[in-house]
Amino acid sequence: MLKIALSMIAGASAFAATAAMAGPVLDAVKARGQLHCGVNPGIVGFMHADSQGVWRGLSIDMCRATAAALFGDASKVKYIPLDPQMRFPALEAGEVDLLASNSTVTLGRDAGVDFAGIYYYDGQGFMVPRKLGKRVLSDLNGATICVQPGTTTEANIADYFRLNKMTYKPVVIDKIDELRAAFFAGRCDVLTADLSNLYATRAAYAPNPNDYSILPRAITKEPLGLAVRHGDHQFADIVRWSLYAMIEAEEYGITSRNVDEALKSENPTLKRILGVTPGMGKALGVDEKWAYNIVKQVGNYGESFDRNLGPNTVLRIPLGLNGQWRDGGMLYAPPIR
Amino acid sequence: MTDAMPVGDRKPLPPPVDETGVVGWARKNLFSSWGNGITTIVLIAAVVWILNWFLEWALFTANFTATTGSECRGGGACWALIREKFRYIFFGSFPYQQHWRPLFAVITMLAMLVLSADRRMWNWRLLVIWGVGSFITFLLMFGQIHIPLSLILFVALAGGVIGLTLRSALAPSSERMAYYALIGIGVVGLALRIAGVLPKWSIAIAPLSYVETSLWGGLPVTLILATYGLAFAFPYGILLALGRRSNLPLIKGLCVGFIELIRGVPLISLLIMASVMLPLFLPSGTTIDKFLRAQVAVILFAGAYIAEVIRGGLQSLPKGQFEAADAMGLNYPQKTLLIILPQALRVVIPPLINTFIGFFKDTSLVLIIGIFDFLNTANQALVDPNWAGFPGEVYLFAAFVYFIFCFSMSRYSKYLEFELNKGTRR
Repeated sequence: MLKIALSMIAGASAFAATAAMAGPVLDAVKARGQLHCGVNPGIVGFMHADSQGVWRGLSIDMCRATAAALFGDASKVKYIPLDPQMRFPALEAGEVDLLASNSTVTLGRDAGVDFAGIYYYDGQGFMVPRKLGKRVLSDLNGATICVQPGTTTEANIADYFRLNKMTYKPVVIDKIDELRAAFFAGRCDVLTADLSNLYATRAAYAPNPNDYSILPRAITKEPLGLAVRHGDHQFADIVRWSLYAMIEAEEYGITSRNVDEALKSENPTLKRILGVTPGMGKALGVDEKWAYNIVKQVGNYGESFDRNLGPNTVLRIPLGLNGQWRDGGMLYAPPIR
Repeated sequence: MTDAMPVGDRKPLPPPVDETGVVGWARKNLFSSWGNGITTIVLIAAVVWILNWFLEWALFTANFTATTGSECRGGGACWALIREKFRYIFFGSFPYQQHWRPLFAVITMLAMLVLSADRRMWNWRLLVIWGVGSFITFLLMFGQIHIPLSLILFVALAGGVIGLTLRSALAPSSERMAYYALIGIGVVGLALRIAGVLPKWSIAIAPLSYVETSLWGGLPVTLILATYGLAFAFPYGILLALGRRSNLPLIKGLCVGFIELIRGVPLISLLIMASVMLPLFLPSGTTIDKFLRAQVAVILFAGAYIAEVIRGGLQSLPKGQFEAADAMGLNYPQKTLLIILPQALRVVIPPLINTFIGFFKDTSLVLIIGIFDFLNTANQALVDPNWAGFPGEVYLFAAFVYFIFCFSMSRYSKYLEFELNKGTRR
């Protein structure tokens, strides 16, 4: 029944998408004075409510950055929690303006919505007990692997092992809680899932997190993107460049702590980014102080990463692909000029 | 000659020790045969073993004072997590400094429910209790309430019509005049309002800062959804049940169709319809609050189920009751309100409370459309990176709170059966 309802929604949203083209998202958001941001609650480090009920996480910071650029106030966001199955229909129905719900960018999805930037490079990886001494992917030949049935995760390892002429014994468990329990009880050698998920699982559920290591290589690409509705390019640009501003700020060493000093800098690049030399804000259709507001209120990308996922948090996710291009990462923001 | 004891002084011997008291009871109930004896001993051992394990975990090795989840690890239950998170679990994302508001809203709602549980209140007082209680509850939750003029006029009109229908034959002429006056005010006022003569005016009561429904969470949400869901679904269900037994084919068809349609789909699909489909069909720009949509979905769904429960009660009444009421010359509302419903509802108390308890728990399905009811905030408390990994404690706590509510409802149903069946008991 749920499936029928969902397919009806998909059908209905097809004509809603055309209807949405008429009224630009940006006007509606500005008139409302608040950004409606769709999130997928309950992903440690990306979005969760803290003990005081305040939303925190890397995905949340993406919403806050866009709000800071639009309104000069990162708090003007209404978070709308969405079930993973409901998030794209909700975006197309106009219930949310921006989706920061850890959605992988794929061609199939890009046909229905627009992706305005990739804010995290994830991929499917493997966690093993340290004592087994497995360090690289080829060590996994012949291993027992815990995996959820019917997921892309399961299909991915099947493909990967077949292609590399390796064998494995799957331990297939439907419920994620039981899957974790089986792994930590030693019923299988390896647990596979997206890397960010593995780090969260290790932090939260391992009896002793130091006993487990996560192999650094991933076997799939899972770029997490910011999705917006088709039909409003200006709004998509604001979302995209808000993310770029965070990345660029990290590249030039502007942080929430030193951004006020950076305003006095003679460096023409910083002057352009921070709006001391006007023009960029006008080009984007927002206040000239847009990037200053983002960095001041949300921080640069590295600050957000460190605060939510980095080595000082319980997750201890290494930068990996999410470092700056100079350091061998994938973050490469086009210049703000 | 023997000294016979006088008859009157002969004391009856007490029954043997092993027939009375604890020993006797145990002999009779627990050790009446070898088989029963062994079963008893095995079960007692099992209970002691489980209890020992549970207390060890939940009490003796439990951690009540840790400040992060990692400090909690390794020992027994981590109740420090509940200590850290209970405000979030109870009140969700409601602004932290204002948590007294949902707290008092919950207290108000509970007081309202307890008061209306008392049979002596089942008259005009009930309306006052719910009117005042609801007003306080929503004022605390929203912080500001705007009552538009048209709503006041509509309430006047509805009050007049309902009063007149129910009391037309019984009321003194002065009361009837009052109803006519209310209807008059309502009709004329609404007509003037639509024509644009009366301004778009509203009473603003705004003592506190406004908190929108998307920030509501936890126990108030569960209570509001369940309480108002059932409060509206109950009269609605009665109407549906009466309609289904109506002799008018159109009304009967509509009621049957509605009930069967709603009962034929799961609540989740109805909620998804309300949250995702409905906005697609509304003209762009108009939005209906998501919480209100979920509330309406719950009312419609509960109404269909309650209707069928009540229809069971209606069918259990002998035909003579209907005919006797007709013979007395009572009109339809009088017959229904005075003769039929009191008897029919009394019969269906157990299934009705069963439905209520079911719906109290079913409200947690709203999590699928992103409303943070009590179970969902408990879920969310689990994903804090500093505290993750203690699902047992959180769900036990949530189960405990749910149990308190459901068990009180079931005890109340027992009391109500006792009270209302006084007349038929021997």
